[in-house]
Amino acid sequence: MIARALPVATVIAAILVLWYLGAVILNAPWERDQAQRAGAEISTAQLIANTMAQTRPVLPAPHQVAVEIWNTTVLKKITSKRSLVFHGWITLSSTLLGFAIGTVMGILLAVGIVHDRAMEMSVMPWVVASQTIPILAIAPMIIVVLNAVGLSGLLPKALISAYLSFFPVVVGMVKGLTSPDALQLDLMRTYGASRRQALWKLRWPSSVPYLFTSMKVAVAASLVGAIVGELPTGAVAGLGARLLAGSYYGQTIQIWSALFAAAALAASLVALVGLANRIVLRRMGMAR
Amino acid sequence: MSWGVVLGAIGFWLAAWALNAWLARQTPKGAAGRRALGLAVPAIFGVTLLVLWEGITRGANVPTVLLPPPSMIAERFAASTGILWADFKQTFLQAVLIGYAMGCGSAFLTAIAIDRSPFLQRGLLPVGNLISALPIIGIAPIMVMWFGFDWPSKAAVVVVMTFFPTLVNTVQGLQAAEAMQRDLMHTYGASYWQTLFKLRLPAAAPFIFNALKICSTLALIGAIVAEFFGTPIVGMGFRISTGVGRMDIDLVWAEIAVAALAGSAFYGVVVLIERAVTFWHPSVRGQGS
Repeated sequence: MIARALPVATVIAAILVLWYLGAVILNAPWERDQAQRAGAEISTAQLIANTMAQTRPVLPAPHQVAVEIWNTTVLKKITSKRSLVFHGWITLSSTLLGFAIGTVMGILLAVGIVHDRAMEMSVMPWVVASQTIPILAIAPMIIVVLNAVGLSGLLPKALISAYLSFFPVVVGMVKGLTSPDALQLDLMRTYGASRRQALWKLRWPSSVPYLFTSMKVAVAASLVGAIVGELPTGAVAGLGARLLAGSYYGQTIQIWSALFAAAALAASLVALVGLANRIVLRRMGMAR
Repeated sequence: MSWGVVLGAIGFWLAAWALNAWLARQTPKGAAGRRALGLAVPAIFGVTLLVLWEGITRGANVPTVLLPPPSMIAERFAASTGILWADFKQTFLQAVLIGYAMGCGSAFLTAIAIDRSPFLQRGLLPVGNLISALPIIGIAPIMVMWFGFDWPSKAAVVVVMTFFPTLVNTVQGLQAAEAMQRDLMHTYGASYWQTLFKLRLPAAAPFIFNALKICSTLALIGAIVAEFFGTPIVGMGFRISTGVGRMDIDLVWAEIAVAALAGSAFYGVVVLIERAVTFWHPSVRGQGS
């Protein structure tokens, strides 16, 4: 355990040190400029202290971001428009809705592809090709168009998330559903099992590890979709809106705290899927 | 509302589906026949989607500001090649390609630099894996603040987005050479650098190309989304966001077509280079004949 934790801790410490250095170097010109305008000499110690306490720094120091996150999560009421929990929840809800839609649709399409050869031959190449297309570029259009039809709020963002999480699931599940080898499929046939029974008793259980692997990718993609989906609505609510508002008003600390909130959200979502993976596999007796 | 067009499109869809179902049951002799069949079926499916789209949007009078028919998009594409080319040059040739080269290149060099230190590798791999899963796209506003509105800020986003996947894959790839093979190099009296260039880098190539393929898509997404946060008045992301604002939806679709073509072509070029470089790998070996 220590053998694994020590290198990671070292790397994280190195990143923090570099970050502080970067904050001092990047923020120093502004401080020097201020001092010169005031006609005052500024000592190096004072300069370094000042660079870490600006209100609109070029690069905020880590502790400034930490304080901002603490202020906007624990100290603010959850219903407040300035609470990160409030914005995080909005992003999280569309992420989860989109992830659920995308996963279910992906599984259904994969089942169709595995059972119908015509479908496999015609749809599968397009599914693979669509991975190379920058799908996120369509996000603002989907939002605006759906707004024009009268759909607004959660669903349009969730649709983008669903679209992004859909493809990894299809590709992973097609692989998973075809993973039982010919011997096992033959055994099902000698039992006189119908295709439905073969699907439920053999293909579905053996595809579960593949499902979880692609769900890990899908949930991360889904969060990105939700964040980007929040950009074109004009910075109303959500982590993406916090990013955009921060960049309009030059509030760098706000941008960084929204960024860290998004990162924490992504990491915990992936970790949750991983945890579910371990529990399910253990209950199925497939844990290694 | 003209139901004839809609019904015609649906009829075409059913006919094409039946044709595909029939084609899928055929077992042609020879590799060339199989290959042609493998191309024909998805092509028919693609054409069917376009016909269905065209038929429904025209037949059901879907407002063009919501979803223009493909023929209108194609017309707009042909009419505004000048604008599209300028956007393509700004976003793809500058931001994407330069950022991609810098991001993947620096990650590759970093991976080689930390190759001799297992300690650093053990530390960087989990961190890199974690960062790869994060919504890095969020740093776009910060980069726009640091590097200004023009393409360098977009290239910077692309650099950060492509760095970690490449780093993680290269480090894993460099460990792919087997102990037996390394021992053989050792008995040849090969130096560290000789082993690196003659054995370990070639063995790592499939991993590196895997990262390059993932990054080719990430790079385009990064550059386009970064343009939503501020640009000069040219660029694919700029055109998409302002086109949406002005309800100029057919131009937006033309731009998306450009993005799709550029993304697929970029990916295709990486795959071609991969086939040429890793011709010895089992996944490539069978496909040439």
